[in-house]
Amino acid sequence: MAKFSHAVLEKNVILLLIGTLITVSIGGLVEIVPLYTIKSTIEPVKGVRPYSPLELMGRNIYIREGCYSCHSQMVRPFRDENERYGHYSLAAESMYDHPFQWGSKRTGPDLARVGGKYSNAWHVQHLADPRSVEPGSVMPAYPWMLTRELKVKDIADHLRANRTVGVPYTDEMIAKAAADVAAQADPEGDHDLDGLRKRYPKAAIADFDGDPKRLTEMDALVAYLQILGRMVDFKKYKTKDLQQ
Amino acid sequence: MPTKAEKDALTGTELRDHEWDGIQELDTPLPKWWLYVFWAAVLWSAIYFVLYPSVPGISGYFKGVLGWSSRTQIEETLAEARKGQAKYLDRIRTTSLEDIRRDRALLTFAIAGGKASFAQNCLPCHGPGAVGRKGGYPSLADDAWLWGGTLAAIHKTLEVGIRAGTEDTRTNTMPTFGGPDGPLKPAQIDDVAEFVLSLTKRSTDAEAVTRGAKIYADQCAACHGKAGEGNQELGAPTLNDQIWLYGGNKTAIVAQITKPTMGVMPNWGGRLDAETLKMLTLYVHSLGGGK
Repeated sequence: MAKFSHAVLEKNVILLLIGTLITVSIGGLVEIVPLYTIKSTIEPVKGVRPYSPLELMGRNIYIREGCYSCHSQMVRPFRDENERYGHYSLAAESMYDHPFQWGSKRTGPDLARVGGKYSNAWHVQHLADPRSVEPGSVMPAYPWMLTRELKVKDIADHLRANRTVGVPYTDEMIAKAAADVAAQADPEGDHDLDGLRKRYPKAAIADFDGDPKRLTEMDALVAYLQILGRMVDFKKYKTKDLQQ
Repeated sequence: MPTKAEKDALTGTELRDHEWDGIQELDTPLPKWWLYVFWAAVLWSAIYFVLYPSVPGISGYFKGVLGWSSRTQIEETLAEARKGQAKYLDRIRTTSLEDIRRDRALLTFAIAGGKASFAQNCLPCHGPGAVGRKGGYPSLADDAWLWGGTLAAIHKTLEVGIRAGTEDTRTNTMPTFGGPDGPLKPAQIDDVAEFVLSLTKRSTDAEAVTRGAKIYADQCAACHGKAGEGNQELGAPTLNDQIWLYGGNKTAIVAQITKPTMGVMPNWGGRLDAETLKMLTLYVHSLGGGK
């Protein structure tokens, strides 16, 4: 057999193709296969739950408007980020995100722990007119969210689609999806709030946009922002519990 | 095709075994320094593989000889940072707010720390320098307080928040006086508003003030006080000064009686540590209005 050299591969298209396939496959397998097999990727923390239907709709709006282009949702394990934003993010916190919203660029601040940091009214005012609360802000204004009705007809399908990719929505959650949407944005109305709280603990329940008669996109987006980073109670965990 | 590499006559370098129209290519070897750096890098990667987390497996991964993890590292970094400030932070934790205030060095540290935390957490609502913002975000730099301006009161407000949705939060409810279910008719609300204006000598309708005074005494005085002096125990705003959360003209006052807006402040007790809460308290208290 002749001495093997790259010249052999370069002169035979079939050999080159097979060689390339093997090389790329090894790279891909090494990166992808462990994600399905390593249990330790997701930290064993309690509290992370599927998004409530209203939060899920808000998340869809977050993605639609491209919020991720300017806001990350990933507090990295560095001192400055932990002091500014709070505890570093865990893989477990985005295990029900399809796709995750870690982002890669911060024109605005990180939002991984923004839930509960500001009042609903502040979020509404800030989204409708960012400069009115933050004069130096370069964020675009989103005033139409106050007037656009939230589309909820297909909400159960959104839950079902998420269930298909592994989010543990129960049959009950899917059956009550439309009712839960209405309940979360209207605490004064005649709704099953206890059921909502049981299904989605810690969910912010309020008339977010200040107009109880209407269910707007603003309601959904603020409900989503208010749950970000609040599901895990970090007081219960030490670093050794969070090792991957 | 030549079987043995030829050498170029001019340079003495080996030639590649192909030629086009009599033109051949030199097979110049890589520079030695480049080759050594390359092999050193390969060797380094092998060492790195052994020292640090590297090879994934089926149910885990090789954790590396050093046992390094970004999560242990951040814990150590934070602990080290805490240690650098421990001289102050430990005393802030164990010293009462009043005593910190009397300790000049400790107070200086606390106010600086409070200022940094304020910029990150409080400024978006209360504004730079805590001057407040339109839309119900009160100034913290004046001496008008909704829930009290003593060190203890400020600390409590920071800790539990206002209408923060938790059980121990500070809360009150300004009733909805207007609308179809409200106890007052629009004309009556107008009269009360005139009376409220008269508390700051701005009313122009003496008769309406007389009518409004009676309604005010029945409906409003219990919380806001007979002369509109407010009640910090209940978080009821003062109505006889020039400071207004939602505007002080008649339209704004009528709107606030008809269908009140009520602000929300998050509870910071669950979010910030005890030292930071104390430092924030001292910073806010130092802005000019602290009692």
